[in-house]
Amino acid sequence: MKLTGAQALIKALEQESVEVVFGLPGGCILPAYDPLLESTIRHILVRHEQGAGHMAEGYAHVTGRPGVALVTSGPAATNLVTPLMDAYMDSIPMVAITGQVPTTAIGSDAFQECDTVGITRSATKHNELVMNGDDLPLAIRQAFHLASTGRPGPVLVDVPKDVLVAPMTWHWPTDDEVVASLPGYRPNTKGHARMIKAAAALILAAERPVLYVGGGVLKARAAEEVRQLAELTGIHVVTTLMARGAFPDDHPLALGMPGMHGNATAVTAMQRSDLLIALGARFDDRITGKVDSFAPEAKVIHVDIDPAEQGKVRRPDVPIVGDCKHVAGELVRIIGELLDGGAARADTSAWRSRVSGWREQFPLTYEPSEPGHALKPQFCLEKLRDAAPEGTILTSGVGQHQMWASQYWNFTEPYTWVNSGGLGTMGFSIPAAIGAKVGRPDRTVWAVDGDGCFQMTAQELVTASVERIPIKVALLNNSYLGMVRQWQEMFYDERYSEVYLSPDTPDYVRWAEAMGCVGIRVESPEEVEPAIEKANSINDRPVVVEFRVDSGEKVFPMVPAGQSNDALVLPPSQSDRKAALS
Amino acid sequence: MPTHHILSVLVQNRPGVLARVASLFARRGYNIYSLAVAPAEDEGRSRITIVVDVESAPLEQITKQLFKLVEVIKISELDPRRAVERELLLATVRADGTGRGQVVELATIFEAKILAVGVEALTVSLEGHPDKLDDFEELLQSYGIVELQRTGRVALPKLDRQARLRAVKGS
Repeated sequence: MKLTGAQALIKALEQESVEVVFGLPGGCILPAYDPLLESTIRHILVRHEQGAGHMAEGYAHVTGRPGVALVTSGPAATNLVTPLMDAYMDSIPMVAITGQVPTTAIGSDAFQECDTVGITRSATKHNELVMNGDDLPLAIRQAFHLASTGRPGPVLVDVPKDVLVAPMTWHWPTDDEVVASLPGYRPNTKGHARMIKAAAALILAAERPVLYVGGGVLKARAAEEVRQLAELTGIHVVTTLMARGAFPDDHPLALGMPGMHGNATAVTAMQRSDLLIALGARFDDRITGKVDSFAPEAKVIHVDIDPAEQGKVRRPDVPIVGDCKHVAGELVRIIGELLDGGAARADTSAWRSRVSGWREQFPLTYEPSEPGHALKPQFCLEKLRDAAPEGTILTSGVGQHQMWASQYWNFTEPYTWVNSGGLGTMGFSIPAAIGAKVGRPDRTVWAVDGDGCFQMTAQELVTASVERIPIKVALLNNSYLGMVRQWQEMFYDERYSEVYLSPDTPDYVRWAEAMGCVGIRVESPEEVEPAIEKANSINDRPVVVEFRVDSGEKVFPMVPAGQSNDALVLPPSQSDRKAALS
Repeated sequence: MPTHHILSVLVQNRPGVLARVASLFARRGYNIYSLAVAPAEDEGRSRITIVVDVESAPLEQITKQLFKLVEVIKISELDPRRAVERELLLATVRADGTGRGQVVELATIFEAKILAVGVEALTVSLEGHPDKLDDFEELLQSYGIVELQRTGRVALPKLDRQARLRAVKGS
C-alpha cells in the first residue's frame, strides 16, 4: 500500500490505539495535520508547546498509556524540552513527534531548524530522526514500545517535512520485528528468585521494617500487591511524592509522605528503621537528606526495574532488578508460604508502639488564622479535600502549594495524584490537569496551583475553555514565589530577593473570565466552602477559584537542604517535643 | 596514578550512537581518556573501545547507565591483564644534524616505521601496546615532537586456555 509519510504517521498512531494528541501545527509538521482531518484521533490545540507536553504527561499519569504530543520543528521542539525532561525524571510514558526541516536542508541553518535529536538526547529515553518514510511505522512502534515498557519514559520521533510528503510503502511491523529491531533493549521484569527469597527472609527477621514505596509501584500497577504485602506482614508504608495514592492514606499502616516536607512520623520511621524495603523508589535527595546519615541502621532491599538505580545512591543489601508488580506478588507468595510453614517472625511490637507514639504526637498541623486575618492555605486545601467528589484527581504545580496538597489531601486511590516530582517544573499543574481530564473525563479534576506557577502556563485555560475540558483550578495566591520566600526567610536572614509577585496584578478573576473560565475570588474563611461548592457544581467550563492566602505561611515539617533527616524542623507548636523523635 | 578501565562496547551502527555515548559520559561527569570506534565483525554493529579513569564504584554506575542506551547491545569491561591491547602512534619529529641518526636508531629499536622524510623532520609510525607507545613518545620528546597523533587504544579479551587450545585444534 502506498501512502504519504504523513498518512503513514497518522495511521501508525491509530494502529497504536492513540485516541488523543496534544499539539500545535507549524511549517514542517503541516503535512501531518492534513490526514489528521480524516482521522479518528482527537487533536487538542494547545496555546504553547510546553502545554502539549505537560498535557501528554497528565494523560499518561492517569491512564497509564503513553501521552502523545505533536509539534513542529525549531522553537516548537525546544518548547517541548521541559516536558520531555519532566517526563524523563518522573518516568512518564510519552511519545513526542516533531517536524523537522526537509532532509535536503538539514544542517543548513534553515528556517525553524534546530538539532532536535541532539538537544533532546539527554531529556529522552530514546529519540530518532527518521530519514526515510518507509521507516516511519517501525519508528512509531519502537517509540511506543520503548516509552511504555521497562522503566517508562519519553521518546521523541523527529520527522523531516519531505519524509512526510513523499510516498512510502506501508508495512506495519509485528511485535517480533519490533523486538528484533532493538537488540540492545531487553528490560528485565522478573526479579531474581534467589534474591526474592533472601528479601523474604530479611523481611521476617526485621524488627523495625518500613515499606518505602515510590512511583515505580504506580508505573508497574502494583498497588494491590503492595497492599497485600503490607497487610500480610503488618509493615508500615511510606509513599513518596511520586507514589501518593499507591497506598491508601486512610489505611492503618499508612504513614504518608516522607522526605524534605514529609510528616515527622514517615521521616523518622525511615530514619530509625532496621530494614527499608524500597519498591520502585530511587533514594532521591529530597527523601534521604544527607545520604551519609540517612537511615543509618537500615539494611536495604531495593526493587527497581532499572538496574542503574541499584546502588546509585545507597548500596542495597538485596538488589532485585524487576517489575514491582511481579516482585511484590512473589514476596507475598513466599512470605505467605513461610508463615504458613511456621517460620519465625521477629517481634515488631515495640517498633509499632514507637510508630504510633510518633503519630499521636506529631500530626500535620498549622496555626488556624486569626479572625480578620488572611486565609491559611492548608485550611483551603482541607475544605477542598472534604468537598471533593469521590475519585477526584488532583494535579499540582511546584512549590509550597504542592507540598501542602500532598500533605493535606487524603489519597485513597492510585492515579489520582499528578505532579512534577523530579524536575520540579513550575506551571505543570494546569496543562497536566487538562491532560488528566481528557484521559479521565468521568472524574473531577482539581489543579492546585500557586500564583507563580499560574502565571507560567495559565494560557492553557484558553485551550481548556475552547476544547470544553472543564477542569477546576484552586489558585493559592500568596503573592510570592512562596517556597523561595520560605528559604529566604529561614536560610537567608529574611533578606527577600526577587520573590514578591503582587496580590492583584494580574487580576486573576478577570484573567480567568477573559480566558472563558468562571472566576471566583475568596478572601475570608466563610467564603471558602460556598466557593468550592459552586466550583464543584460547574461542569460546562473551567473554573478558577483564587484563594487569597497568608503570604507568611511556611511548609512544615522541613529538613533543610543537604542536612540529615535528624535535623527535621517541626512546626513551631511541636518543636518542644522534638526529643520524642529519637 | 589514575585507574584505567577499558570498556568494550558493542553498539548498533546507527547515526548518532557515538554522540549518545559521549554525551552520556559528559552528562554524568566522567572523563573519557581515549576512544576508538569502528565497525565490528557483524554487519550493522560497531565496537567502541573507551578508556576511562574512574574508581570502580562509579564505573559500575556508568556501565549501567551506558547499558540503558537502547543502541548499546553489550558492554565488557576488559581487565588489562586479560586483554590484548593495541594502539597506533604517528609522530613528526625534528630530525636534523646529529639528531637525525639518533631518531632513526630509536625507530629501529622500537621497530617503528619511517613514513615520510623531510629535510629537518621525520614522520614515524609505531603500532603496539599503549605502554610501549608511551615509552617511545617520551624518548622522542627530547628531539622535539612537531606533531603527534595517537588513535586511542583498541582491545579484545585474551583467549582463555580452553579457547586457545580449541583454536590450535582448529575446532
